[in-house]
Amino acid sequence: MEERFSKSHEWVHLDGDVATVGITKYAADQLGDFVFVELPQAGKTLKEGAEAAVVESVKAASEIYAPLSGEVSESNAALSSDPAKVNVDPEGEAWFFKLKVSDRSALQNLMTRDQYTEYVKGL
Amino acid sequence: MMNAQGRPTVGEPVTATAATYSGHRGLDHEEPLIFEIGRTDVTGVDLPDVDLHGDRLGGLLREEPIGLCGLSEPETVRHYVRLSQRNASIDANFYPLGSCTMKHNPRLNEKMARLAGFADLHPMQPQKTVQGALQLIAELARWLKELTGMAAVAMTPKAGAHGELCGILAIRAALDARGEKRTRILAPESAHGTNPATAALCGFTVESIRANEDGRVDLAALHAALGPDVAGVMLTNPNTCGLFERDIVAIAEAVHAAGAYFYCDGANFNAIVGRVKPGALGIDAMHINLHKTFSTPHGGGGPGAGPVVFSERLACFAPLPLFVEDANGFHLIEDIESAQAAGAQPLGRMCAFHGQMGMYVRALTYMLSHGADGLRQVAEDAVLSANYLLASLKDVMSAPFEGPCMHEALFDDEFLKNTGVTTLDFAKRLIDEGYHPMTIYFPLVVHGAMLIEPTETESKATLDGFIAVMRKMADEARAGNVEVFRAAPVLTPRRRLDETQAARKPVLRWKPETP
Amino acid sequence: MRYLPLTPDDRSAMLKTIGVGSIDELFRDVPKAVQGAQFDLPPHAGEMEVERILTRMASRNVAAGSSAFFCGAGAYRHHVPASVDHLIQRSEFLTSYTPYQPEIAQGTLQVLFEFQTQVALITGMEVANASMYDGSTATAEAVLMAHRITGRDRAVLSGSLHPHYAETVRTMAGLAGEIVTGPVLPGAVEDFTSLIDDKTSSVVVQNPDVFGTVRDLRPLADAAHAKGALLIVVVTEAVSLGLVQPPGAMGADIVAGEGQSFGNGLNFGGPYVGLFAAREKYLRQMPGRLAGQTVDVEGRRGFVLTLSAREQHIRREKATSNICTNSGLCALVFSIHLSLLGEKGLRQLAKLNHARAIELAERLTRIKGVELVTPAFFNEFTLKLPKPAVAVADALADRGVIAGVSALRLYPNEPALDRHLIVAATETNTAEDIDAYARALEQVLA
Repeated sequence: MEERFSKSHEWVHLDGDVATVGITKYAADQLGDFVFVELPQAGKTLKEGAEAAVVESVKAASEIYAPLSGEVSESNAALSSDPAKVNVDPEGEAWFFKLKVSDRSALQNLMTRDQYTEYVKGL
Repeated sequence: MMNAQGRPTVGEPVTATAATYSGHRGLDHEEPLIFEIGRTDVTGVDLPDVDLHGDRLGGLLREEPIGLCGLSEPETVRHYVRLSQRNASIDANFYPLGSCTMKHNPRLNEKMARLAGFADLHPMQPQKTVQGALQLIAELARWLKELTGMAAVAMTPKAGAHGELCGILAIRAALDARGEKRTRILAPESAHGTNPATAALCGFTVESIRANEDGRVDLAALHAALGPDVAGVMLTNPNTCGLFERDIVAIAEAVHAAGAYFYCDGANFNAIVGRVKPGALGIDAMHINLHKTFSTPHGGGGPGAGPVVFSERLACFAPLPLFVEDANGFHLIEDIESAQAAGAQPLGRMCAFHGQMGMYVRALTYMLSHGADGLRQVAEDAVLSANYLLASLKDVMSAPFEGPCMHEALFDDEFLKNTGVTTLDFAKRLIDEGYHPMTIYFPLVVHGAMLIEPTETESKATLDGFIAVMRKMADEARAGNVEVFRAAPVLTPRRRLDETQAARKPVLRWKPETP
Repeated sequence: MRYLPLTPDDRSAMLKTIGVGSIDELFRDVPKAVQGAQFDLPPHAGEMEVERILTRMASRNVAAGSSAFFCGAGAYRHHVPASVDHLIQRSEFLTSYTPYQPEIAQGTLQVLFEFQTQVALITGMEVANASMYDGSTATAEAVLMAHRITGRDRAVLSGSLHPHYAETVRTMAGLAGEIVTGPVLPGAVEDFTSLIDDKTSSVVVQNPDVFGTVRDLRPLADAAHAKGALLIVVVTEAVSLGLVQPPGAMGADIVAGEGQSFGNGLNFGGPYVGLFAAREKYLRQMPGRLAGQTVDVEGRRGFVLTLSAREQHIRREKATSNICTNSGLCALVFSIHLSLLGEKGLRQLAKLNHARAIELAERLTRIKGVELVTPAFFNEFTLKLPKPAVAVADALADRGVIAGVSALRLYPNEPALDRHLIVAATETNTAEDIDAYARALEQVLA
């Protein structure tokens, strides 16, 4: 499994050609208490950088972008009924969706954890 | 750009104040919902009994219970008076809510709006029976055109955002008339949220223009973004940071040179009214919030009114109805064909009937009371008061931009850095001091914004009292007295409310308890 | 100037604190060339002078209450209990703003919560918002909402939807898709089946419609739902909901209404209050403000504005609407009047309106050549006269009877409607008014 991060604060775990995507703890802390999550439907094709999901906290809303291109194979339905999960375990249980990735090599454009940690420090 | 700036919404509990048996606390009463105190068989209105000898409803009589509770008149009056006592208001509190212009609402306006000759008029009664009403609208239109130096005015938009929609639709209509398909609207990052929402509603994509370090539109960035596909630029002036866009004439020229139109959000017209005619700045359309600049009451969130003034370039696209005067008096033109026959190309109709007449009466009353000289004084006193606050607070708070400001003073949360106190805490603490907080977290271009708009209707003593409290609070925050901020407010009918729960499990109406 | 507290001394002291010599220095960012504008406007004036000017204008109008009055067509003259106007002039309601700070706005927030409940109850819907500008703009917003829900972009409007409403929908929602309008058939219910296709997001129908016809909406709801479209029901006379089956019971998905009839004066067309209700599953696609119940840190019930991440101040170009305000004070008026009425009073009021309208229709149709076009109606019906309605209404106005709204004024492109007059009766009309109308009409038609 390979782990990467995007500048828009998504994390990706790539296992074979299946990418699991969520938002980083940093992003979750910035946005506050989540009250609503809108997820992509399975079967939807997403281009890298396309808007994939939306999260809402009380006073903020933010888009979640697809860090890689591919087809959505599954969404985490548990988040719709309990958005608070994203506050509790953003980088684990509260993944957003899984993508069947069309081009694995695009992963190299994303950051490693160390690079992401450095990136966040500069914000 | 979305507002992705999250912030805490929950404070920390402290020991509850002395409990009472009744739940009331002195003059502060706990008041149940109508549905908890009313009964479906009680009414506070005596109407004659009537027997329907068969209805004419085509078999659609409503027979099932509705569940609507009624109250007698004394119960009704008590219910609403008690509820009213749980609101802050301009009449009772200094209310420096930036970008909202909470100025005094003269009571003469209310008295005039209630004259039967205005209040008890039906919008569709024969026009010969409403000549005075049409005259009033024509007179208000004249004032608005003269004060702004613009060619025409669309009277009917019902609020500022509705006026924006009218303005952008006029731009759209003008482009259609030119046979051009332009797709982009440019708006600065500091714009009100209504600007991008309106542009999107009209089918345009919205592009954000960054601010320079002076808090104004970056002219170079604007030039770079302009192009043959730009339909218009939406700009608030004075802008949402409370600053006048110094380059506005150059901006207007650049916009026009690119073949686009210049929309000005007139929410802050109160800063320049009577001193500057926006028409001289090169704008093509601007809405005017009658409830801000011209003092019609905010009413707990509306009704507003947002007439839009137009330059010659857009004047003929104003929506229906058109108000015209000839030798026989005043007339309404209510349909497209008649308007076209009169040489106009209306963009459509913004609402049923003729707009916010009740607000027109109040606004004209305000204008006649002030006159041209008084309105100029309004702008000058508003700007003077804001600069007085800025000058009196900038050493203990943090102002992101160099002054002078216009009608409102902007601070950020730099002065709270490392204190553990947030902008929200600071605002909530102000409530305990008897003030309505300033606007917070807007505009988005500065961190933890606090936007203070005193208006021209506050005395120097009120401003001095506010300054003294703000200075003490800033000191208190720096002294590390975090708890008192995080717990605030403690002296209100309700303490901080759980907005997260409200949004996660929405309860939007009362329902009878299921046994 | 009576509204400006600062004295010349105050101003000097403040300028000194700021560190400038004159007010002009504070305007130094404004280009010099545009400053010092001259205005062709009068100077300030005292209360007496201003009152004189406005009273003179008001006296040039014929107030509805000074005549026998029968206009409706989207605005209705009802009696307003004295306590309503007293209560809305309370400073704390009149001069407060949007309840952004809930701890000091519980009054407004609880009122909105009660308002939402009342709107949901009378329309028979599950949820309602804190109000829109008016009925016409609420209708346009309902069409846009249906587009979002269905992912389609074609709206079908009934020909008997108030033409101003239809025009407002075409203006506000016209850029978002196609808008089709059905035939204009006073007194009849058009057949929509051929108009609804699988691109149709919504069918918009008014009940009672602009001619006064009360319609059974169930067949239409079925037809719309069969094609995956939503039924939007528009109600311009909210008092009808006290006697007529509500939209929620007849298959409506969204209700857009005008709430003026409860407590709000005619005011020559505004301000009014838009009602907006829907099925709960569409909640997140609703426009406008919502008040919701929650608790404070001490666990006590309280109210806040909620689900605001739908709205423009957060979502900006992706918001469900550009609407920023509601019609707060008019919603308060509506709510106070409905609290006074209660279910008992509402039913009585509605019955009284219906009875008056029946009485009027029966009396007028006894006049030779006067035909009732609308067999099923609530408090408004359409007559076909033996002469052009515009001229008849004009002649009646000269006799102190404001007789109704001529259909041609609303439908200038439907010459076949030139003899149709839309007539409303409410509880404010007396037996003498009805008598005066009948006698004047007899004279004018003679």
